[in-house]
Amino acid sequence: MAERTIRLKIKRQAGPEAEARWEEFEVPYHAGMNVISAMMEIALRPVTKEGTATTPVVYDSNCLEEICGSCAMVINGRARMACSALIDKLDQPVKIEPLTKFPVVRDLAVDRGVLFENLKKLKAWIPLDGTYDLGTGPRMGQKVQEERYPLSNCISCTCCMEACPQFNDKTNFVGAAAISQVALFNDHPTGAMLKEERLRALMGDGGVHECGYAQNCVEVCPKGIPLTRSISRVAGQVMIQSIKDLFGT
Amino acid sequence: MAKTPRIIVVGGGLAGLSAVIKIAELGGQVDLFSIVPVKRSHSVCAQGGINAAKNLKGEGDSTFQHFDDSIYGGDFLANQTPVKAMCEAAPGIIDLLDRMGVPFNRTAEGVLDFRRFGGTLYHRTAFAGATTGQQLLYALDEQVRRFEDEGRVRKYEHWEFLSAVLDSKRTCRGICAMDLHSMEVRAFPADAVILATGGIGAIFGKSTNSVVCTGSAQSAVYQQGAFYANGEFIQVHPTAIPGEDKLRLMSESARGEGGRVWVPKQKGDKRDAKSIPESARWYFLEEWYPKYGNLVPRDVATRAIHKVVYEHELGIDGKPMVYLDLTHIDRNTLDRKLEGILEIYEKFVGDDPRDTPMKIFPGMHYTMGGLWVDFNQQTSIPGLFAAGECEYQYHGANRLGANSLVSCIYGGFISGPQALSYAKNAKALDANGCYDSERKRQEEINDRLMKSDGSENPFQIWRELGELMTKNCTVIRYNKNLEQTDAKLVELLERYRKINLSDRTMWANTSFVFTRQLLNMLQLARVVAKGAQLRDESRGAHYKPDFPDRNDEKFLKTTKAHFAPDADEPKFEYEPVDTSMIKPRPRKY
Repeated sequence: MAERTIRLKIKRQAGPEAEARWEEFEVPYHAGMNVISAMMEIALRPVTKEGTATTPVVYDSNCLEEICGSCAMVINGRARMACSALIDKLDQPVKIEPLTKFPVVRDLAVDRGVLFENLKKLKAWIPLDGTYDLGTGPRMGQKVQEERYPLSNCISCTCCMEACPQFNDKTNFVGAAAISQVALFNDHPTGAMLKEERLRALMGDGGVHECGYAQNCVEVCPKGIPLTRSISRVAGQVMIQSIKDLFGT
Repeated sequence: MAKTPRIIVVGGGLAGLSAVIKIAELGGQVDLFSIVPVKRSHSVCAQGGINAAKNLKGEGDSTFQHFDDSIYGGDFLANQTPVKAMCEAAPGIIDLLDRMGVPFNRTAEGVLDFRRFGGTLYHRTAFAGATTGQQLLYALDEQVRRFEDEGRVRKYEHWEFLSAVLDSKRTCRGICAMDLHSMEVRAFPADAVILATGGIGAIFGKSTNSVVCTGSAQSAVYQQGAFYANGEFIQVHPTAIPGEDKLRLMSESARGEGGRVWVPKQKGDKRDAKSIPESARWYFLEEWYPKYGNLVPRDVATRAIHKVVYEHELGIDGKPMVYLDLTHIDRNTLDRKLEGILEIYEKFVGDDPRDTPMKIFPGMHYTMGGLWVDFNQQTSIPGLFAAGECEYQYHGANRLGANSLVSCIYGGFISGPQALSYAKNAKALDANGCYDSERKRQEEINDRLMKSDGSENPFQIWRELGELMTKNCTVIRYNKNLEQTDAKLVELLERYRKINLSDRTMWANTSFVFTRQLLNMLQLARVVAKGAQLRDESRGAHYKPDFPDRNDEKFLKTTKAHFAPDADEPKFEYEPVDTSMIKPRPRKY
């Protein structure tokens, strides 16, 4: 009996300046395979479908449990995590490309540093006096936890930015993930002490008004985060803050 | 005026980030190195929670009780002084995390909620949904980003630690690291270095660990002369979901709700699970342990499953897997009680466990062993500190659930200030030659590997390493097999010299980087295998059927391995354990 195989079509690019090209692969099938394990098979025997020797595919990955946010790529046209993309549920050949909105490092690995820079600009943290003992944190109801927890589940995978029509070179839009973190920190009693600064950072170029409410972000988010809700809430806060700033109150 | 001390921290998980925060707060300058952006570190995988005896449930819990549970759970192998200090610090750590904005679950009155976990009778585990590790890591990551914004911390993400830079007196003076994009090797000076490089799961091929958990950094400094302690103590979780790429945890609550573990009686039975009749199924836990059935303690369940697969050779489809069956329970009950964990199984396996029995197997989960450190987290190399899973100090022969997160943060909080005070008192380096010579040594290793023109595929050697270690160095250990394991490891090291890289480019070459790590994995695997062979007793996670009892007289000792470069192999010595506060007693749950 012939060994069952699966077919993959992968966009390769040797470096940031190199030309992209497609390579096709046929690798042994195993029950329960995901896109990551298919690429591990290629590493074990780096040969294309035509029999030409090639290099193992370069991609970012770490936890393989959809919690570290590393392995985002475009699989059969959709931005998603490679670890939870099961081969049995994908049409073949499985077409795999790097995210298109970020500079390619090599093959499927891209540089998503822009998100972390945005989090810095938006002061996405609690302003702590110090790590010395100041007793317990502010008392909070379970309802607040239930509001904040889903936002805090964001794994910085950038799928929402990839899918967003407004996230591009022209708008400098910070994207849904970063705005949702503003909602998260503005909701915390101590975090709210930086609320005005966060909102002002979202007023200018690339700020919250760039959102066109296409809703693509919510659709692709692997963690089901209510991103458009975060954006509406923050947009409302930004508007109030601009009026306050205008009248100097 | 003294210059600002410069500290290098390697690793951006809970331990590394905790150290960074303390150093930055105390006025030090930090260079933080990490293979992945620190927010993507393995700490995010922890689910259950973090232990601290806050006693918020009126149960009379105390930090001493937490200390006793931890020592007893670790089968008395942990030095007691640091464990006691950790348990005493834990409630304050929870308060701090709470102040940092971690979305911990709350009670009706708005205070932190606590749940129960294994190895204790108290509600001692604070939790943030089912992603406590992720939430804690993010809180620390945010504080580090704040210090980065203030210029106190410089991040080197996508950099790999290669080695410590040691001066002529074998004192640590910095590190050698490689840019994972440009592949450039550079030496970085520092007044002190902290390794917080996590677990060693990759040595076992597939584990519950993340891809970066190779133990490569620990192994590199072990080969440079640092002691590695208690390497033979490896925690195996009984119910993980086997995957083609890794193992993912399946919570014990599945058995708590009535899940039954079985295998087909017939070797090589190819039938679909549901079409195998009752009479052809072997419910081995229920047969062997009629009193507890499927709810025997973790180590017992783990050993039984291992035995059925490897000694009876009855794994599903000849593979190391058994069924965990919930299909006899009605869907509504399952949805009400187990929905969250069933969704994880559905997402990654693609089957609905309400209809199809789950396939599970014990999975390598954690290393209790690690770099030997003193009570100040300093390794045997002066100026080199270690914190988190990469060191050995807090868990003895077995780690209690939810103690890992607290030990990582506590270890970071100790190592940071200790490294800083070491740096302030350290003697100036009299000659700078050590940086160049270490960089050259590393570049030569790279050149040799790039030119290596053999026939061996590194991923194939890795696969064999993982299968070997999982089979012989996890749950059940026999001296004969351990001896063969070491012989096979020597053989794999031989084959490693004939490696052939299919990718020889000098840009973002992940298989080259992996191949470098592989050598370190092979060297560290020998410490695990030989350490296990030499310890003729059973203690905590280390179980030898030929020596079923704990032997305090001979083995109430810390194993210390050091690398003998001339022999190219580990040598072992033993150190007494600090049992100054709790007298060892038999461990019977």
